[in-house]
Amino acid sequence: MYKGGKIIVGLVIFLAFLTFPFFYNMGKANAGPENLDANLKQAADSQCVEPADYMRNNHMQLLNQWRQAYVRDGLTEYTNSQGKTFEINIDTCTKCHSTGAASNTSGVSNPAVNEVGVSNPAVNTSDQFCVSCHDYASVKPTCWSCHSEPGGATK
Amino acid sequence: MKALLSFLAVIVLILIATLGVDVANLHFLFGIIIPYLAFVMFVGGFVYRVLKWGRSPVPFRIPTTCGQQKSLPWIKQAKIENPTTNLGVVVRMASEIFFFRSLFRNTKTELRVGADGPKLSYGSAKWLWVGSLVFHWSFLIIIVRHLRFFLEPVPYFVQIADSIDGMLQIGLPPIYLTDLFFLLAVTFLFLRRIVIPQVKYISLAADYFPLFMIMSIAISGMLMRYYYRIDIVAVKELALGLVQLHPVIPVGIGAIFYIHLFLICILFAYFPTSKLMHMGGIFLSPTRNMKNNNRMVRHINPWNPELEYHTYEHYEDEFREKMKKAGIPVEKE
Repeated sequence: MYKGGKIIVGLVIFLAFLTFPFFYNMGKANAGPENLDANLKQAADSQCVEPADYMRNNHMQLLNQWRQAYVRDGLTEYTNSQGKTFEINIDTCTKCHSTGAASNTSGVSNPAVNEVGVSNPAVNTSDQFCVSCHDYASVKPTCWSCHSEPGGATK
Repeated sequence: MKALLSFLAVIVLILIATLGVDVANLHFLFGIIIPYLAFVMFVGGFVYRVLKWGRSPVPFRIPTTCGQQKSLPWIKQAKIENPTTNLGVVVRMASEIFFFRSLFRNTKTELRVGADGPKLSYGSAKWLWVGSLVFHWSFLIIIVRHLRFFLEPVPYFVQIADSIDGMLQIGLPPIYLTDLFFLLAVTFLFLRRIVIPQVKYISLAADYFPLFMIMSIAISGMLMRYYYRIDIVAVKELALGLVQLHPVIPVGIGAIFYIHLFLICILFAYFPTSKLMHMGGIFLSPTRNMKNNNRMVRHINPWNPELEYHTYEHYEDEFREKMKKAGIPVEKE
């Protein structure tokens, strides 16, 4: 081989980049975010605003739709695909998916902010329901760029 | 015809993934076996190709230069365009790899027929450079963004790439700028092959196929993000399972995801056998990575045979006594 040293160093760097995820996650458990069902305050057979599968994939779309309906169109109620109506309010969500013991009595409980183990859902013992999945998938909800965070006044 | 065949090949691949997952329920095959296989083929093939290239000798200094060679001290040398130092070569290679410097110098040649007969003219042609630059950089950022599925916790640089990419916050989930740039650039690179007759003439199926593959990967990814949404958490569980070598198939991921994944796997497996190897090849381009020191250093052809020479020194050692007797002057007494 000619210039073997340099070529092999180059290949090793290339392999280091490629195998980086393998080493980065080595020895960690593949623990998904906390199971939302475990936090449900409602009976297990009660249904979400839309079916759970739909919500899992499209909840952001629904929230966007709700914002449009509430803020621009002045609607306060949402009729779902089965004809059931729900109040357009984050409280509709937190009624079931909520924040249990950690719930903030002085105002809105904060489903998207979690002070405990923020970037590591594996050790996240909080029952706050947005944050565990959103941290896991690294998706930042933009809710708090308009809405003041609970406890924001003290900041 | 070549473009059509490549297009059909990609359609067939998409059908295979759709049927395999939706009808035959081969989630294990498409979610675990094929990705591992593709990774092994990609790494193995890539290393094999590079080592094979490494075995070819480059006996001559053949850098292509476009600047003043190092000469008399009062003549200014073009230190990057005509490098004689390692630093010069590194800068030259970096500008090639990061900014496609030689493509920037791309020119077009035209034969124009005017009033006074045909006239050959040259002009600058930067569109290909712009298109490639946008394409490659978008591709890189998209790959970095995808690391969020493979790393837990997600490192800061991935989050930053993500938030800058989606900074316009159009729609929900926000549109990524690189998605738009990427689709535009890849469309341009494809149209270029169809529209320009000379380029069309030299384009092969091996040129169209990767373009269609990349285009369909981008489109399936965008469909998945903006239209047929899937359960991202389940996708990350699958991806993490793969890199932790404890593969799992979470339930309820839509077929569109498996199409996206299958196309990527095929592209990766195909990579080492194709023109896409320019990713490794650019580092090994002798016309770019050599110093132009033809006359400063003696370069010996690496395949010169080992010859036995009988030097004058040895000759004298052998015949010294006889030479002295015959009165022939010797160098060593």
